[in-house]
Amino acid sequence: MREVMSEVVSEMKKEFHVVGKSVPRRDGIGHVTGKTVYVDDISFPGMLHLKMVRSPIHHGIIRNVDFSEAEKVPGFVRVLTHRDVPKNIYTILCLIGVGPDEEPVLAVDRVLYKGEPIAAIVAETEEAAMEAVSRVRLDLEELPAVFDVEEALKPGAPILKPWGTNYFVYEGHYCRRVRFGDVEKAFAQADYIIEEVYNTSPIEHAPTETTACVAKPEPDGRYTVYTNTQALFFTMDNTALILQVPFSKLHFVGGTVGGGFGGKVDVIVEPIATLAAMKTGRPVKFKYTREEEMRVSSTRSAWRMYFKDGVMKDGRIIARKVISYADSGAYNRHTPYAVTKHAANVAGPYTIPNVYIDAYCVYTNRQPASAMRGFGVTPASFAVECQMDKIAETIGMDPWEIRFINAYRNGDMRPHQKVVEDATLIEVMKAAAELAGHQLPEHLLKMHSWDREKV
Amino acid sequence: MASRIVTFNLNGRDVEVMVKPLTTLQTVLREHLHLTATKSGCRQGGCGTCTVLVNGEPMLSCLLPVEDVAGQEVLTLEGITPVEGLHPVQQAFFDNYAIQCGYCSPGMIMVIKALLDRNPNPTRQEVMDAIAGNVCRCTGYEPILRAAEDAARRLATAARTN
Repeated sequence: MREVMSEVVSEMKKEFHVVGKSVPRRDGIGHVTGKTVYVDDISFPGMLHLKMVRSPIHHGIIRNVDFSEAEKVPGFVRVLTHRDVPKNIYTILCLIGVGPDEEPVLAVDRVLYKGEPIAAIVAETEEAAMEAVSRVRLDLEELPAVFDVEEALKPGAPILKPWGTNYFVYEGHYCRRVRFGDVEKAFAQADYIIEEVYNTSPIEHAPTETTACVAKPEPDGRYTVYTNTQALFFTMDNTALILQVPFSKLHFVGGTVGGGFGGKVDVIVEPIATLAAMKTGRPVKFKYTREEEMRVSSTRSAWRMYFKDGVMKDGRIIARKVISYADSGAYNRHTPYAVTKHAANVAGPYTIPNVYIDAYCVYTNRQPASAMRGFGVTPASFAVECQMDKIAETIGMDPWEIRFINAYRNGDMRPHQKVVEDATLIEVMKAAAELAGHQLPEHLLKMHSWDREKV
Repeated sequence: MASRIVTFNLNGRDVEVMVKPLTTLQTVLREHLHLTATKSGCRQGGCGTCTVLVNGEPMLSCLLPVEDVAGQEVLTLEGITPVEGLHPVQQAFFDNYAIQCGYCSPGMIMVIKALLDRNPNPTRQEVMDAIAGNVCRCTGYEPILRAAEDAARRLATAARTN
């Protein structure tokens, strides 16, 4: 295998200019000299700074917001509330048909998480904006909060969404469902039933450069927005929809990101900074502090996954039932999509004839979760591979063998009704064993992804 | 409180700035003097990306009132970058792909320069100790360590040829 690969690689070196070769990074000189321009390195004469008034509580009713003391701070320019935002309620994934809109750019009469933006203050300096924010008087009525996905689905839990439930509705259903074969019948036939629950925690991306943008009015009536978003056109389109302006009114400049990892794909600073630029006629910078990045920016979602597998003595997994809960936090962001990916992947790269999956996207009073490196799939992989080890241990089989036996092959049907065309699991496991110095037995080395041996 | 004038030596030239008390060196560099190679990652001494050298020693410019460097020598990444080409530490970072998003690179390069100035042949552990206060969230530490070792070799070769 390795010999074949090295032959392929040496052939590539002959044929290609880039593949199989080290290429100097185009942005490398800028990075090592400090000449790369990140968003926070951009400033313009007359530039204003924006800071958010944020909810100090996890869940509550907004009774009153008093800006009178804030307005007295030297350098204060203006305040923006939900009334100033043309289309205040949005959902990022509306661009791929996800709905309904449910997150306010600025809170209207209720806050659903600690740190939720209530109003934006624009001032001549960052210090003045922060000082003015600290002088805003919030009159809030605190409501009971819920922080656990299963608690949030119990009767009597505080209801967070206008449609009356704490879960995202998938085409009229309470969760993303996969139904394949008959798991109950298979459980009755199985030699072993192996159950386990897996939990993962939220993770903050913590990029060294915090989320930021500068929105600048141009003489031709357009707005240039310098941003460190990871999703430039997605963000531009959402900004245009929120501000109800034609896409052509906005010119987004990006591509230089000081660490993202999925933490900079939400549309967070651009709409409000652009609105502030429109309302003041001046360039506006909105840069998260480190505290905002840690406490307010979205995280990887937390998951709880209940597994029940039916396994035969020979190692074949004949049934898998998974009930999963993703903690979306207070709003959608990218979690409805994460849950769909999760449902398609939580059976693992294994062929199991009977599969039943219920994957819930649940709302709680935590800061919103969103994208992060393989979101939805990563917790599934963690749980699936722990479960494979547990199965191996329970039935007394080598953990390599259990994976080879169940590995999917080309031509197999996946539980979500896709035929496998590009399986490589067996080849990857062989290569991994070789790298780890693990000698696989002959009968496993004979296996391939492109056919199925007689069991 | 009234602003006051502070003078210090920056990258070999004397500069004079007028600042409010407790204005940080980071703010002076980035906002008053528009020298933005020194980054602003946390402004609470937690990430190391704002590291500059004061009299040759690495310091976090986000926690350092500029009044504390009055009359002293401050070196930033701009100060070690030649008009043409790169400083050996920069070249080693570039050649060893010790850069991903690039945001920690200015701090890392300054810390490693300071280390090599006082210890031209550090062990890997000494390099690790030197960058202990610098976060690379892309987690590219291995190439950064390789770059430091490569930079030490380059500087030694240059010293022999001179």
